[in-house]
Amino acid sequence: MLDLHAVLDGQRLALTRLLTQIENQTEAGQHALAELFPHTGRAHLIGVTGAPGTGKSSLVNQLALGYRKTEAPKKVAILAVDPSSPFTGGAVLGDRIRMAALSGDAGVFIRSMATRGSLGGLAHATAGMVQAFDAAGYEIILIETVGAGQSEVDIARLAHTTLVVEAPGLGDDIQAIKAGILEIADILVVNKADRPGVETTERALRSMLQLAHPVAHVFRHHGQALDVQATAPESEALWLPPIQRTVAADGQGVPELLAYIAAHRVHLEASGDLARRERARLAAELDQRLQDALVEHWRAGAQAGELEQALDALLARQLSPQEAVQRLLNGRKG
Amino acid sequence: MAEQKIRVIVAKPGLDGHDRGAKVVARALRDAGMEVIYTGLRQTPEMIAEAALQEDAHAVGLSILSGAHMELAPRILELLKANGQENVKVFIGGIIPDEDVPRLLELGVAGVYGPGTPTDQIVKEMRAAVAGAQG
Repeated sequence: MLDLHAVLDGQRLALTRLLTQIENQTEAGQHALAELFPHTGRAHLIGVTGAPGTGKSSLVNQLALGYRKTEAPKKVAILAVDPSSPFTGGAVLGDRIRMAALSGDAGVFIRSMATRGSLGGLAHATAGMVQAFDAAGYEIILIETVGAGQSEVDIARLAHTTLVVEAPGLGDDIQAIKAGILEIADILVVNKADRPGVETTERALRSMLQLAHPVAHVFRHHGQALDVQATAPESEALWLPPIQRTVAADGQGVPELLAYIAAHRVHLEASGDLARRERARLAAELDQRLQDALVEHWRAGAQAGELEQALDALLARQLSPQEAVQRLLNGRKG
Repeated sequence: MAEQKIRVIVAKPGLDGHDRGAKVVARALRDAGMEVIYTGLRQTPEMIAEAALQEDAHAVGLSILSGAHMELAPRILELLKANGQENVKVFIGGIIPDEDVPRLLELGVAGVYGPGTPTDQIVKEMRAAVAGAQG
């Protein structure tokens, strides 16, 4: 049903159908991912997150244009994630509105995705869809999420380079960039930098950065703190998140931002962080799948009502949960 | 399949800038549990077909008030087919003269809705058409 040769060949109809199977977490999708796995691990994954209204979609549009309008254009995939309505399960996904300039370019593939409620499931599906893009030969994969909570942090963990986008005039600057979101930032972007209040926003970010990255206080023998901006990231073992101003509406600051992303990639490779992150990510995936498989294995061999009986015993306080687990596992061997 | 979400592209081809109707329909479809990919104003048929392909949409809803439906609709149907997406159901809302409706349906448009159509009806018919195309 799924033509994986066509996917590897870069055929878009095959890819789009595969993406649906992965998103719906079907068996066919899982099987395809297993087949495609050897072809993954080549793309640079860039996460773009930030509060609603900071201009993430416009920025992603500009970044993609930047990757396309060079002497050696790179194939770009965009995965734009927006929340589903918790009441109806439906969603209106509007990120494409800001990406009209990318239309008609066969080297760009934009896919919108709704969160569909389940957090763990979302992270799973996103990881799978990114692998599909990777296998299909997309070299740059931009993952756009609303920076509002744990699910976004989980998705950002997928990315090699995470951009956190902020904009002036959105009210309380500190509120918008909770410490958890800020800590995942490899690069901070102050978008809409032509608006008043840009200095205030940047100053707030800088002071938050110093809280979030206490290790960044590297003191030289003069006892003088190194300026965050003054460090040359690619030559240092430690990456200090730079702050870049942009105006996504007209592309100001985007070349500099692209240069920071490239520098971060160089840093990841030179410092060994790339291999470390990849190992940690795969370890987490392996662990999760192992747990799922073990539980599945146990269920397959379980006696009818075994679990219910254990639950009843727990409820009556005849067994502790610890003892119940022991009994359920041991009962199998006996 | 356990949960097959209906994915719909809502687009406004052509040059008129009135997207109120499109937005009302987009909301109604969302409230019916569908995933609506809203692409905005001034979309070319090529842009709409490309969005349908990349989003693996089940249906495309076009809002056309400009009178260009007899040019736009066949072109979009043709592009969808060229992309291998002849299963995608195309719906049109807007100002469509009565005499054009049968011609559009004959071309392969799944439904045509004028002003004042209850959104429930659009939801119901879209669900039925998509279920038929997948089955």
